[in-house]
Amino acid sequence: MTSAISVTDLTKVYGERSALSHATFEVPLGTVCGFVGPNGSGKTTTIRMLLGLITPTGGTGTVLGESITHPERYLPSVGAMIEGPAFYPGLSGAENLKVLATLGGFPSARVATLLEKVGLSDRGGSKYKTYSLGMKQRLGIAAALLPNPKLLVLDEPTNGLDPSGIQEVRNLIRDLASEGTSVFVSSHLLSELEMIAESLVMLREGKVLFAGRTKDLLAAQVATLVVQPEFSVDLKKLVDIAIRHGREASVDEGAVHIVADADWSATFNRLAFNAGVTLSALTVTQPTLEETFFEMTGE
Amino acid sequence: MFNVMRAELRKLRRPTLLVSTILVVAALTALFTSIVYLRANSGEGNGQRGEIISPAILSQAAGLVYGFKIVSFFLGITALCVFASQTAQEYTLGTLRNLLVRQPSRMKILSGKYLSMIIFAIALVTIDAIVAISVSYGLAPHAKVTTTAWFTSAALSLLGRTFVNVLITTIAFGTFGMILGLLFRSPISAISSGVIWSLILETILAGVVSSTQKWLPGQNFDNIAQGGSLTVSYQWSLAISAVYLVAGFAIVALLFKRRDVAN
Repeated sequence: MTSAISVTDLTKVYGERSALSHATFEVPLGTVCGFVGPNGSGKTTTIRMLLGLITPTGGTGTVLGESITHPERYLPSVGAMIEGPAFYPGLSGAENLKVLATLGGFPSARVATLLEKVGLSDRGGSKYKTYSLGMKQRLGIAAALLPNPKLLVLDEPTNGLDPSGIQEVRNLIRDLASEGTSVFVSSHLLSELEMIAESLVMLREGKVLFAGRTKDLLAAQVATLVVQPEFSVDLKKLVDIAIRHGREASVDEGAVHIVADADWSATFNRLAFNAGVTLSALTVTQPTLEETFFEMTGE
Repeated sequence: MFNVMRAELRKLRRPTLLVSTILVVAALTALFTSIVYLRANSGEGNGQRGEIISPAILSQAAGLVYGFKIVSFFLGITALCVFASQTAQEYTLGTLRNLLVRQPSRMKILSGKYLSMIIFAIALVTIDAIVAISVSYGLAPHAKVTTTAWFTSAALSLLGRTFVNVLITTIAFGTFGMILGLLFRSPISAISSGVIWSLILETILAGVVSSTQKWLPGQNFDNIAQGGSLTVSYQWSLAISAVYLVAGFAIVALLFKRRDVAN
């Protein structure tokens, strides 16, 4: 088994509407995989199918080597938080976790450890309905960690968290991955995913736009050279040089922006020097995951 | 299945639900039993549907359980509300997906929930029995009721039978509540439809067209607790209740097993 998750042609149709269409992707074992896409692109539908909550209309899939038609074979090793936390408002955070621990046959002693891990040990006895959104989110993550999972599926885990909470979740995911846990995480915080996700699955309108290594996706994007001449009168001269060599170029905030591969920066530096222009700065900017996402999804 | 049952009992024992349910059951039992005894010498109706239950009747072995079984209908309605809400809230709170991730066998979830409901029903009926018998014993001297016959083996055997019958009634109403909860997936819809049907529509129907009593589920559930009536036998009520509940439960169990959990 090399994949934590593997799906082929996975499809879900509701009436006339296709929520997911022939999705094929793999999540390598022991890695963090980001799952991105605009709202309504089919992320939650995919997650629900992986967890046995809804039945696929077509296609096949495996989770931890077991077919998704038999979720009982792999769910004891899977932790999940789907569509945000959902608990009983009249029970305390600890009681809510104990309900799930009892249900899954996990030791209740684990509840206190997990509450501490997510920073809720001092509020574990308070009723869930008194929790802030961030605390609810933390409890949801604690519930997902109950089985000491081999695969963790998180749907928007940082929703409602403050910056330090987001950082804690990021570190938690990194720690879990370093311990060998595979993490499949959907998030709209693409900058966060860029930092932690080794691989990525990108959806739009129920179709997989990209599935593979994050660095391959980013490397495939064309970089931008941001060039600053010593004297601003040379800006136009630099634009002309770039255009003459078949590159797109424009002036923005006192710098020339040239769409070109990073490799071309040395060539451009030479061309500018030969034209008698001294550069005060030349930087290569690779598109961020967010920019790539917008580019690919057309959002 | 037993893990599900234990998890469900954790939810059911939360103080707001448990204490309020116990208080409601105890208060209703005390109220109805008191009415029977305090009005026993009035010569006016003090029993179910305006029946006159005289001190002489109450002094018999059956006097021990009269107060106990008179509340069965409300006990059933309480069970209906609790279990309709416990089942339907899993959908409205979105907690069903958590349960199914931790226990993917939907039939085990349903069976565990049902077992926990039976245990809860046993607790309700026990409280009903204790309160009713205590109030009956306490008010017996005031109502000029002699309690000698209450401590005979016949009375104790009747107590056992009545306990079982009231329990069957409570479980039947609770099952009806679970069916409605699974069908409507909303506590408000499930409880309101169950209560309106059992408490209002069935009562009106049975009052206006007495022949319908034989076919109405709630009337038959309650008739089991009463040990049967002159118009509808105990065996008939038991059989027709079983048919309704088994058919209803089979349909919702199939829906529960097959339906996508999309919320």
